[in-house]
Amino acid sequence: MMRSSSIKAGPDHVDFKEVLAPTPFQDRVDSYSLTQDWASWNGYKTAKTYDTLASEYFAIRSTCGVMDLTPMEKYRVGGPDALHFLNRLVTRDISGLQPNRVTYVVWCNDEGKVLDDGTIFSLGGGEYRLCSQHHQLDWLLISSLGFDVTIEEETHSIAALAVQGPTSYSVLSAAGIQELNGLKPFGMINARVNGIECMVSRTGFTGDLGYEIWIDPSNASAIWDAIFALKEQGLFDIRPTGLGALEMVRIEAGFILPGDDFNTAETAIRADHDRSPYELGLGWLVNLQKCYFTGKRALFAEFARPIRRKLVRLSIEGNKPPKDAFLYDRKGGGRIGTIKSCVWSPILKTNVSMADIEYDKGAPPKQIWAEIYYQKELEWRATWAQCRLSIKPFWVHQRSSATPPQKY
Amino acid sequence: MTDPDVIIIGAGHNAMVCAGYLAQKGRSVLIIEQSNHCGGLASTREFFPGFKASVAHTIQNFSSKVIDDLSLTKHGLDLSQYPLQTIGLSRDGECIRLDSSKDQPRVSGLDGKDEEAYAGYMARMQTFADMLKPFWLKTIPRIGSANLQDMTTFLALAVKLRLLGKDEMGEFMRIATLPIRDLMDENFESDLLKAVLSWDGLLGSKMAPRSPNATVLSVLYKMAEKDAGAPKIPVSGIDGLVTALYKSARSSGVEFKLGQPVSRVLMDAGDHGVKAVGVVLADGDVIHARKIVSGVDPKQTFIDLVGVENLEIGFTNRINRLRCDGYVAKLHLALDSLPVFAGLDSPLGRLILVSNMDSIEFAYDDAKYGEFSDRPVMELILPTLCNPDMAPEGKHILSGHVMYIPHQIKGGWTEEAHDRLYQNLIELLEHYAPGIREQIIFGELLTPKDLEHQYNLTGGHWHHAEMAIDQMFMMRPTYEAAQYSTPISGLFLCGAGCHPGGGLSGAPGHNAAIEILRTEQ
Repeated sequence: MMRSSSIKAGPDHVDFKEVLAPTPFQDRVDSYSLTQDWASWNGYKTAKTYDTLASEYFAIRSTCGVMDLTPMEKYRVGGPDALHFLNRLVTRDISGLQPNRVTYVVWCNDEGKVLDDGTIFSLGGGEYRLCSQHHQLDWLLISSLGFDVTIEEETHSIAALAVQGPTSYSVLSAAGIQELNGLKPFGMINARVNGIECMVSRTGFTGDLGYEIWIDPSNASAIWDAIFALKEQGLFDIRPTGLGALEMVRIEAGFILPGDDFNTAETAIRADHDRSPYELGLGWLVNLQKCYFTGKRALFAEFARPIRRKLVRLSIEGNKPPKDAFLYDRKGGGRIGTIKSCVWSPILKTNVSMADIEYDKGAPPKQIWAEIYYQKELEWRATWAQCRLSIKPFWVHQRSSATPPQKY
Repeated sequence: MTDPDVIIIGAGHNAMVCAGYLAQKGRSVLIIEQSNHCGGLASTREFFPGFKASVAHTIQNFSSKVIDDLSLTKHGLDLSQYPLQTIGLSRDGECIRLDSSKDQPRVSGLDGKDEEAYAGYMARMQTFADMLKPFWLKTIPRIGSANLQDMTTFLALAVKLRLLGKDEMGEFMRIATLPIRDLMDENFESDLLKAVLSWDGLLGSKMAPRSPNATVLSVLYKMAEKDAGAPKIPVSGIDGLVTALYKSARSSGVEFKLGQPVSRVLMDAGDHGVKAVGVVLADGDVIHARKIVSGVDPKQTFIDLVGVENLEIGFTNRINRLRCDGYVAKLHLALDSLPVFAGLDSPLGRLILVSNMDSIEFAYDDAKYGEFSDRPVMELILPTLCNPDMAPEGKHILSGHVMYIPHQIKGGWTEEAHDRLYQNLIELLEHYAPGIREQIIFGELLTPKDLEHQYNLTGGHWHHAEMAIDQMFMMRPTYEAAQYSTPISGLFLCGAGCHPGGGLSGAPGHNAAIEILRTEQ
């Protein structure tokens, strides 16, 4: 029930001078890093880039990218009331979640404002794994009052590696996982690689064909080596990818990032700076028919009112980066929102973004214009660019859902 | 039987008050009580053959409005006979008498200076108590509410405050949350007087004279009604109040179902969340009603009767964190004859056995760390002096509230701990009333743990939840449930866990009924 007080994963001894904790893959990650460009992800030392952003991005979109995702918060939920407990926590009805299936969820506070998003893995035998972007143990423990559940943080005791991209299926098959051909998106299997037990799920944050491998931290290096051995043999181009490339592909795929695209309810201080699932375009995750869940009363009331604002996908004309740009209802008109995160999409040849905009009587603005500030030879300039709402993710490819996937 | 309009869970005094008002307005009301008698902590029971007592042993601030509205006098309540003097006794034989029931409150047994100061102190406190009085019988507005009635309540409070005059208003704001010890030190010389005057602010709470919080407010709460909060005993004992409430409720058509524990509130999952539609009894029977009102403490109401699966996570957490640990034990002694207290002609009155402020503070210090003091502080009365029929002829009863006895103690309430406390108390009494040990026929000590079990009361807390500033007014028991309605539609609260709080006042029951009727408009 308690959070482990020491970091079990990684080397036995963590030097006090180390500001960021190493992950179980740290030896391998370090040896591949040319840029030594690090960031903190939940306190772990995480690569932003290994060599160049472009090569890593194209590895994910054209061949195979491998990313250490151990720092993602992971919780094991078990006990007789586990399903009941989770179903009260999240807005979606997960009572039908079958063993070896995964589902995407958000959860809210009493006011119906989103605390975080994540995935629930049904591990079978009434056991579940909840993965989240931010630390949620305190909220989970508070939520457990009155339920016969066990909650264990396993962020430090489960290592995870994402293998994403068009050839990921072939790579993992070549690495010895034979059961992948029937594995559908959001499914998972138990498998062995070189005799090492692992759990493989067909999940990811790239919008592409891809898998995530879940293992004991002691096997981290061995799994990494087993995959990169295929590259050494010249069979596939496999590259480690960092947070920079992930940011590009996740925006293309239309995935939101709590804390970046919106303030999570626990971190929002000013009134109106938190967001409901409807305001994040995640209304499809809210099941108002479900008997009860936290935030239902507030969301029911909100559902009946015209929506006031929404986090939307916007593509922006031109080639100027619309970073942090204000949005207006016409050129020089009234301000209606801001860009939250944006990226130049190499594959789509356009700027794509997540933007928070005001709706008028439940309807999106007829026009959206971004005022973009940019530098030319150290001189600041401003320009206007028209934006287009994108209902669907900017980038979708049929290979991400094809079962069995195409073999290379 | 047709379904009643309203089911009230529990037959405590607030539940009966609430039922009375609702029935007067034509609602059919059914009260369901787990035990075989009404009144909760005010109910009278035979603790030894022929000897009867109730946990609550005096009335200090029962609402005169409720007495009038529910015609309680007509139904037999008579509070005029026994306003009791408060008698402070110190270990070394000092004795003072407070008489606040007269037009001019007096204290005797002290030098002239404190006597004069007492009159001035009481006059000022009464001004503040009168100013606050209307708000004990009002719903305190929801935080952030902008509706007319709520704004009016706030405005009325502001006007009342302002009408005190600038200096008095400032003084009220200053003392409202002051540790009561500071207030006493500012006003008086006599340590015994300070201790006795603090007593009403402390009794029933987990606070001591040096605790800054709501002790002064508690004194003002008790001073709101007639006689400046002087303790009173009805002509037929505390049972006189319970019986009058019962008769009044019955005469308005309230039905009672006694000896029937409610196992949970029946929920209906609607679009808006869940709705309370009835109750399920322990024997499995289901009774439906349009409205369910709980007189049970908030923690049990929400966590046990409603169930956490029907509550939102944040709300559940706030309810779970309510501070509900009782700190008062109850002592009942069956006595062979009238005890003789050193220095008193007659023990008629409310006797407070405290030597000084430190004796209270030190008793609390032990309790804070999960022990009980070797030298507890207590108030006691001999109810048989007012109602001789509580005991066989010539015999007497001693009824005492003992502070500070924690609900949870280190090592738990073992038989040994229980017995050690009892012996401590007898020793204490023996000091004040030599020979009392030989007069005891039977003694009963109810720790907060015992009260919890016998009266189905979380933490054995008299007031259902600590009367602390963070659990009072629009935060009692917690926001979203502080206006008698709850996050569950159709479910209301009417017990001491609501504003204004505990004690035999009838105010939460009164306020709840008005709020319930208002939701129907």
